[in-house]
Parts: sequence; structure tokens; C-alpha cells
Amino acid sequence: MTIKEKEQEIISEFEMFDDWLDKYNYIIEIGKSVPVIDSQYKQDQYLIKGCQSQVWLHASMEDGRVIFKADSDALITRGIVGLLIRVLSNQPPQDIVDADLAFIDAIGLKEHLSPTRSNGLVNMIKQMKLYALAFKAKQQGT
Amino acid sequence: MSFNIEQLRREFPLLSQEVNGKPLVYFDNAATTQKPKAVVERLIEYYYKENSNIHRGAHYLSQQATETYENARETTRLYLNAAFSHEIIFSRGTTEAINLVASSFSKKFVNPGDEILISAMEHHSNIVPWQMACQERGAILKVIPMNEKGELILEEYEKLLSNNTRIVAVTHVSNALGTINPIEEIISLAHQKGIPVLIDGAQAVPHMKVDVQALDCDFYCFSGHKLYGPMGVGVLYGKEEWLQQMPPYQGGGEMIKEVRFTGTTYNELPFKFEAGTPNVGDVLGLEAALRFVSYLRHDEISAYEDQLMQYGMEQLQTLENIRFIGTAEKKTSVISFIFNDIHPYDTGIILDKLGIAVRTGHHCAQPTMDFFEVPGTVRVSFAVYNTRQEIDILVEGLKKVRTLFG
Ligand SMILES: Cc1ncc(COP(=O)(O)O)c(C=O)c1O
Repeated sequence: MTIKEKEQEIISEFEMFDDWLDKYNYIIEIGKSVPVIDSQYKQDQYLIKGCQSQVWLHASMEDGRVIFKADSDALITRGIVGLLIRVLSNQPPQDIVDADLAFIDAIGLKEHLSPTRSNGLVNMIKQMKLYALAFKAKQQGT
Repeated sequence: MSFNIEQLRREFPLLSQEVNGKPLVYFDNAATTQKPKAVVERLIEYYYKENSNIHRGAHYLSQQATETYENARETTRLYLNAAFSHEIIFSRGTTEAINLVASSFSKKFVNPGDEILISAMEHHSNIVPWQMACQERGAILKVIPMNEKGELILEEYEKLLSNNTRIVAVTHVSNALGTINPIEEIISLAHQKGIPVLIDGAQAVPHMKVDVQALDCDFYCFSGHKLYGPMGVGVLYGKEEWLQQMPPYQGGGEMIKEVRFTGTTYNELPFKFEAGTPNVGDVLGLEAALRFVSYLRHDEISAYEDQLMQYGMEQLQTLENIRFIGTAEKKTSVISFIFNDIHPYDTGIILDKLGIAVRTGHHCAQPTMDFFEVPGTVRVSFAVYNTRQEIDILVEGLKKVRTLFG
């Protein structure tokens, strides 16, 4: 599936909820089910510091696609991290660079991507795109 | 309680709004309090009728504004019971007041190898300015430790006071823990060795009567916005003997007597430390806030807030897996806690959805969080307009948090 298709899939899932509590419950469930990142990556070099919560992000390249693994110490942040991974991981670098991630707004979670929340998510997306750019440059270089 | 809480709340229009479709419950008062009509109306009146630059014009408005500004200084002097009104310096807030002292005092009195003593529970604004001063002067920063309850260890403090200590800077009340420090003792121990003491009063002034002469502190700072006053204005009280000896902090207009290209002579106190056009409007707003608090009376405010805090503690204690951070014998108006199994940020997000404003995070006191080995806490802080019903709403909200995450 492309990034856009995955975003659309998530939007449909969230359309089921008409109440914020159900929506957050779902995000928390996603947060709980995100595969725990290997402790070897839970180190400062992978840490994206937010003031309120923090995120660890690891990226690798397999068969022309970028694989992201990530984690957070806060569960709601972790749930949103899970959604971002679902959309952006295992995609070609150029698509990741181009992604506008409009689904976040569509499912009503835009407030969590505001820099004022200071939860590490804004910088995580920036970092994901930087990794994608770097992998793309490497690809073209070889 | 002699004031009517419903009537009091009507003085704070902001409190009656809804947030996320729920009636606002505002428990972030240690960050900033809401403003009563008396304060906002004072600002309006100043800008509609009195605005003029001060200390310079011969014209009517300038004269009037100068007089009201200096009257506000006198009101502040009375409020703190300072000996002289020229010991009251208006600043942008606590942060600027501490920076002023850290910079000016250190230039004159701190030399390489000297020591500056702060405590383990300081707000970043009573840490970083001293670190900067130490760096500039080649001095050493020492830290008074605290115990597991969040109380300073006075025996250790006594040992840290040395012949090299030039100044002690300690908070009156901790913003992250609510601890009321025994500053009388801290001051008198330092004075036995001739060492001056700066007290960060940002979290104390809203909750208790402060008498700087009775305390005998050398410097005392607070922010207007945590005391029902406007943002952007604060107070530095300094004993005349120190302020006289300290060099100016910033240069500019107002703070000079004569300027020649060959040299400048400085104005007398307090103007020496108030360079440039002061924040007249907000100073008058602050004066209105001081009057408001005096009208409510500090003993009444403390009694009411203590009851709220006691009730809050009783109710919160019933929650599962709760750990209180800061359990000092003497506390005021702050309950800081963490659920052992839930991140404070998660708690804060759900409470926000329920219209409840609390602060989560490290509260600009990272060393304090490190000491308790927590990433941050959830902080509930009270003001005079909070109610028991609001505490009940908070507890219900926290139960919801527990069912979601627990
Ligand atoms: C204990 C303490 N000191 C200093 C400050 C800084 O005050 P301001 O930001 O108003 O300068 C605060 C504010 O959070 C505080 O709680």
C-alpha cells in the first residue's frame, strides 16, 4: 500500500468514533501494541527529546525501502508514533520526503503535532524525513 | 471563611468559560494565576486616561503618571514592609530580578574561588543566572541537598556555609514540590557569617504574608503574574546597603545622572536599576493586585487554601498507584504526583480533554525531577478561587485516566 492508501485506511478506522474518549482509547490500544523497540536503540543517539515526552527513532534501509522503528515513554505519544510508523515505514524514501501526513488533521489529532505540545512528535517527523533524504542520497550515490 | 467564593469567582471572568466542552477547572495557578477585574480595569484606565512617559515631562500627564508610578512603589514597599521605597526595584519578573542580582552583585563581590550557594529544589531561574555568574567570575556553585520528603537538610547547609560563600540564593516555596523552606533559619545562619541571602518568593507571595524586615533577607523577588497581577512585571526588594554598592545592571535612560562622552554618573536608587522606560501600566496593575490580595487578607487566603490542599490530599490519596512527590511537613498550595504506571503527559492530555488544566512535566526544575527519579510530575496548584467541587471533578477525571491506562 502507498502512503496515501494507508492514510486513507486510518481515516476510515477513525470515522467509527464519535466520541473523543473512544478515539483516545483506540490510540492507547495502538500505543500498547506497538512492538517494543530493542533496548539497544533506546539510547541517546536515537533519542528525540521533547519537554513532555520523548521518542526514540531508528531507521534502516531494506530493498529500497526505509524501515522505521520507534518508541515513546508516554502511551498517547506512543500510539501516534505507531500510526506514523504504520504510514511511513516500509516506503520508498522519496515518498516519505513528499508525504504531507494530512491524515493527522483528518482524524483530529493535529493538536498533538503542535510544537507547543513539546512531546517529541514534530521533531520525530522531521527526523524521519531527514533519514529518508539521507537514504535517498546514498542510493543515488551508489 | 469570610469571603463568598461564588462572588469571588465572578471577579475572574476567565474562570466561567468552557474548555473542550467542559466547564474549565483551572489548577495551574503556580504557573500563572487568573486576573481579577480590578487588575484588568486598572490597566484599561491607565491606557485610556493616564498613559504618559514618566520622570521626564513637565506636562500634566507625565507628572501624574510619575506620581502614580511612585505611589505604586510605595504600595509595594508597604506590602513587603520594606524600610524604604527606594529598596523596591520593578523588573519584568522573578527571572529578571534574580538575573539582576546574580550579575550586579557578582561583579562587585564575587571573585575566583568564591562560592555561591543555592538549593537542590530551585527553579531554573534561580540556577542558571548563578551558573552564568560563576562562569564569569570563576566562582563555584554549591548546592544544599534535600531529603526524600523534599525538605532541605539544614545540617548540610550549615556545613556548606564557608568563608568563601559570597551569597545564598534559596526559594521560599518550591514550585515543583510545594515545600515551604525554613528561610528564617537559613537567613540567620548565613548572617552569622556575614553572608547575604536572596529569597525567590515567586511561589510564596501568593500564599502568605511576607515581611522582608522581619525575615531580614537581603534580597527578595517575586512576579506579578503569579499574584493575580499582569504578566511582564515583578519586584526586586534589596537592602539599601547592598543596592548602593552594586553596579547598574543595564545602561540607558532613567538610570543616569549625567552622560558625557568622557563618562557617565549614575542615578540614585531605585532608578539606577531601572534603565529605560519602565512598564508603568503593568506596575499599576500589580498595585491593583496587591490591593486585591490585601483586601481579601492573607490569613484568610492561607486558611482557605490550606483547607483546599488538605481536602485535595485526602481525596487524591484514595487513588490507586499514586505517588506524591514532595511530602514536606510544611507545604502550601501545590500537590505534585505521578501514577507509578502512567506517564504524566498521558494524565495531562486526558485531564485537558476533561477541561481540567494542570501542569505536567519537569516544572522548570529538572534537578528536582532527577532527584526523585521521575520524568516529570502532574502538578495541581491552588489559588484562592478554587473550590472543593473542582477537586471532586479532578478526582473523577483521574479515575477516568486510571481506567484508560491502568
Ligand atoms: C519558584 C519560581 N521561581 C522563579 C520563577 C520564574 O518566574 P517568572 O517566569 O515569572 O520570571 C517561577 C515561575 O515559574 C517559580 O515558580
